[in-house]
Amino acid sequence: MQLPILSLRYDRRQHHFFALAPNVLHPLYRAAIGLATQLAQPLKHASSTPRNQYSDQTLLLKSEKLAIRRGARLIIDGLSFETAAGEALLLTGPNGAGKTTLLRSIAGFLTPEDGQISLRGGDDELEVGEQSHYVGHANGIKSNLTVAENLEFWCAYLNGNSDRTVRRDRVERALELMQLSSLEDIPAAYLSAGQKRRLGLGRLLVADRPLWLLDEPTVSLDAASVKLLASIVEQHLEGGGLALAATHIPLGLEHARELRLGVKRQAA
Amino acid sequence: MSPFFTLLRRDITLALREGGAIGTALGFYLIVIALLPLGLGPDLNLLSRIAPGLLWIALLLSALLSLGRMFETDFEDGSLELLAIGGMPLELVAAAKALAHWLTTGIPLALLAPVLGILLNLDIAAYGVLIATMLAGTPAISFIGAIGAALTLRARRGGLLLALLILPLYVPTLIYGISAISGALLATNAFWPSFLILSALSLGSLVLGPIAAAAALRIQMQ
Repeated sequence: MQLPILSLRYDRRQHHFFALAPNVLHPLYRAAIGLATQLAQPLKHASSTPRNQYSDQTLLLKSEKLAIRRGARLIIDGLSFETAAGEALLLTGPNGAGKTTLLRSIAGFLTPEDGQISLRGGDDELEVGEQSHYVGHANGIKSNLTVAENLEFWCAYLNGNSDRTVRRDRVERALELMQLSSLEDIPAAYLSAGQKRRLGLGRLLVADRPLWLLDEPTVSLDAASVKLLASIVEQHLEGGGLALAATHIPLGLEHARELRLGVKRQAA
Repeated sequence: MSPFFTLLRRDITLALREGGAIGTALGFYLIVIALLPLGLGPDLNLLSRIAPGLLWIALLLSALLSLGRMFETDFEDGSLELLAIGGMPLELVAAAKALAHWLTTGIPLALLAPVLGILLNLDIAAYGVLIATMLAGTPAISFIGAIGAALTLRARRGGLLLALLILPLYVPTLIYGISAISGALLATNAFWPSFLILSALSLGSLVLGPIAAAAALRIQMQ
């Protein structure tokens, strides 16, 4: 539904009084602006640039002296790293090293205690999390929707006001790539664990986001599907995207670097 | 279609397909109201005098039954996190979900109320007013309820806690909803002031509910 309201654009840098109290006012302001843009025009994402072109500049994800606390424990302390477009960063380390914590704080669910994460060359108006796909332990699938409906929902939700036929095409292509085409009319409740995972990963293909945050993406996937995942990530990197993956299984990516996280010993 | 309406449509589709939430709320409403005359005895004057109050209280309790599920399913299957970083502010996500709750629970309950009024010998003149006040008041139930649903998201036995947290906040809605009906019945001019305050409460909750709910959800997702 399009309403003929003047489109509102908001440049954060021009509003100094928000800079004074950003933590308090920013969420409220964003909600108000969000509502106006919702009704008036598609979201920022919807001006969907052709695939594989995320930014004019090379994207660079930068973490500076990041410290994240969970309860009483400082899980990540003073972590700095950089990763550029076209590169995958594999997070490895023993259980409890903070791989999930790191990914969740990049996605914006956890507020770091200190330090910051930024995406250079990204969209200044959006948080880093809003420019990323997050694949967590849960798949984000509704069992009462069919396989195709699940992907159609995410495609429409993540892309804003896009054309219906374009959306339909993207969903079909994603289903084909994830080898779920034959199951598209089946309620997601009847899928096996591996198929559900593939459906969850299909979300990566129906909307363009420069940064992929993958937390144990290979869980319950068979060997063929792991290869499939690797090829999708490969394609995303070639198009100028970034990926961070916490994984125990080598994905077999060409341009991958490893970031090894260790368990911090607590002083006795 | 914008993300807001996409989410609204998905939630309504899910509510209709699952059916359980709407069915339980309507069934509970029916049973509570059907039990009341049995408990209070066949005094028609008494029943008709207390009917508006009983209908309102039972409606609050029925709506409360399905409130807990507002964010729970999305939280469990991971959708909530994805909705949160999907580009739409979390406040609007909460608003869409509360609106879907109102459309699938609030409106059916409000429309069932006059039918149940027959069981309580509700004055025939009160039927129109009853529907009007309930339609105007139920948005407050969904939008204030969203705050409670978000706060109790990870609490075990959250349903009971939800009732304790949220029912006191429904007091103004209840008071003005009933006083609007009695105002209309007693032919004083009390209907409009009460009705307008009731609408104002709903409109206020429409704005404040999603903001508070989103703040609670942010904490829950940490």
